[in-house]
Amino acid sequence: MKRYLILIAYEPGGWDRASEEARATFFEQHAAFSAFVAEHGRESASAALDDTDTATTVRHVDGKVVVTDGPFAETAEMIGGYYEVELPDLDSAIAAAALLPPSYTLEIRPVIDVT
Amino acid sequence: MSDDALSRVVREEWGRLVALLLARYRRLDLVEEGLGDAVEAAARTWPTHGVPDNPAGWLNTAASRRVLDRLRAEAMRQRKVPLLVTEAERGQERAGPMADTGDLVEDDLLRLVLMCTHPALASEAASALSLRLVLGVSTYDVARLFLVPEPTMAARITRAKKKIVAAGIPFSMPTSAALPDRLDSVAQTAYLAFTAGYAPGSGADLLRADLAGEGVRLVRVVLAQRPTAPVLVALLALMLLQHSRRDARVGAEGELVLLADQDRSRWHPEEISEALGLLRSLGHIREMSAPALAYLLQARIAAEHATAATADDTRWDRIVGHYDTLLQVMPSPAAQVARAVAVAEDTGPQAGLSALEGVQMPGSHRPASVRAELLVRSGRVAEAEAAYVDAISQCRNETELAHLRGRLAALAPGLRPAEPTARGALAASGDGGQ
Repeated sequence: MKRYLILIAYEPGGWDRASEEARATFFEQHAAFSAFVAEHGRESASAALDDTDTATTVRHVDGKVVVTDGPFAETAEMIGGYYEVELPDLDSAIAAAALLPPSYTLEIRPVIDVT
Repeated sequence: MSDDALSRVVREEWGRLVALLLARYRRLDLVEEGLGDAVEAAARTWPTHGVPDNPAGWLNTAASRRVLDRLRAEAMRQRKVPLLVTEAERGQERAGPMADTGDLVEDDLLRLVLMCTHPALASEAASALSLRLVLGVSTYDVARLFLVPEPTMAARITRAKKKIVAAGIPFSMPTSAALPDRLDSVAQTAYLAFTAGYAPGSGADLLRADLAGEGVRLVRVVLAQRPTAPVLVALLALMLLQHSRRDARVGAEGELVLLADQDRSRWHPEEISEALGLLRSLGHIREMSAPALAYLLQARIAAEHATAATADDTRWDRIVGHYDTLLQVMPSPAAQVARAVAVAEDTGPQAGLSALEGVQMPGSHRPASVRAELLVRSGRVAEAEAAYVDAISQCRNETELAHLRGRLAALAPGLRPAEPTARGALAASGDGGQ
């Protein structure tokens, strides 16, 4: 089994504009994802994140910690949530991610075991 | 003699040996290294001790021994090493040890190809990795073929291998529902290597024909595993038809010779007839993926050229028909331009100009240069001049620039180019390639 973090990026405002029906479909697609993961592996954590205008970025500049308002990257899409899952291989992670709403862009990153 | 035997077994059996060792040891790094050492040992001992009865078996045993030595040494140091994800491992986790049925060997090679051409790998990296792991082309030669420095290619291949292990790209057969899509990726990877071999004007032509040849070999290896996969059959036909013209494509000065001007006696008839046989075996269009259909249609276009006794005998009407279908299956500006050329050859430059209207191909000189040729043929010299200037301003390829400048210079008043040259210049784009 390998651990993967699946980062969910989408167009800001998509959820707010979605109809009740569209929202119900979103929930079904997330449920299908979770069912797939449960069948082939394990889901260890997941969360939705608040909008990027609530984000705070921390970075080190010249040895000092600098805190700024906003997300770290200027992109049309933003990271809106994530799943952490354990699955046999990348193909199963891709198959699981493909079940999520098609308007998402998903980044799959293997989690490094540092112990 | 032993040198020949060794290079033959490396050429023919490398991929199978890598696949076999990977299935057993699941360590990409050790397997390749072990096999490299085994080949080195063979080069040392075979000349004095003679070629063994089963050269591939000899290499397999020598490489296995080497891998085991390394694994033992590592176990001593208790290092934690990431393993390749294999079906055997997955089977063990769920259902205990898998029975070795002994007939998995052929599929092992296909698994290796599928792993190397996984869509999660950048396509140039996948092409390079396939040449290295499946065909056993040395990193030095892969670098030479792709015209990059050896350290660059070594880094690219290393990164691809690292991604396979870190991201968990499996060494396994996809479900039968997913296999056709994956074979499409295999085909795309092989065709990328092949077309890189014919990128015009970049580097020494001989080397590039070698690369195209390796692309053909890669498809043959996979086709041997899945002889009826339409995408592979159609692609091999297309490649063979394009590749059959390699000796006629380059003139005495190393310049590109356009299709209509090529000496057809220098084409390879055995490759053409093999390709035509493959096309016949596909029969009528059945259930085919869009990429498979696109290869098939391009192959049929190439076949029209290959079977015309002379350039004048080309059945442009049929070619236009194939382009019409191709544009429905997989629309692209390149295909639109090529179709316009075919239309012009079939019904005249005016029809070609109409077909070219509204075609947008940002960053390419192709539409402007075709338009210029068609304007010349229509006798609209002033407009043709402007179109040539436009084409020249967008062209980045030295060979083609020289050609375009020559055409523009020939437009001086009273010096309209002779018809055969104009026709040849145009027909090059009707080749059905990209």
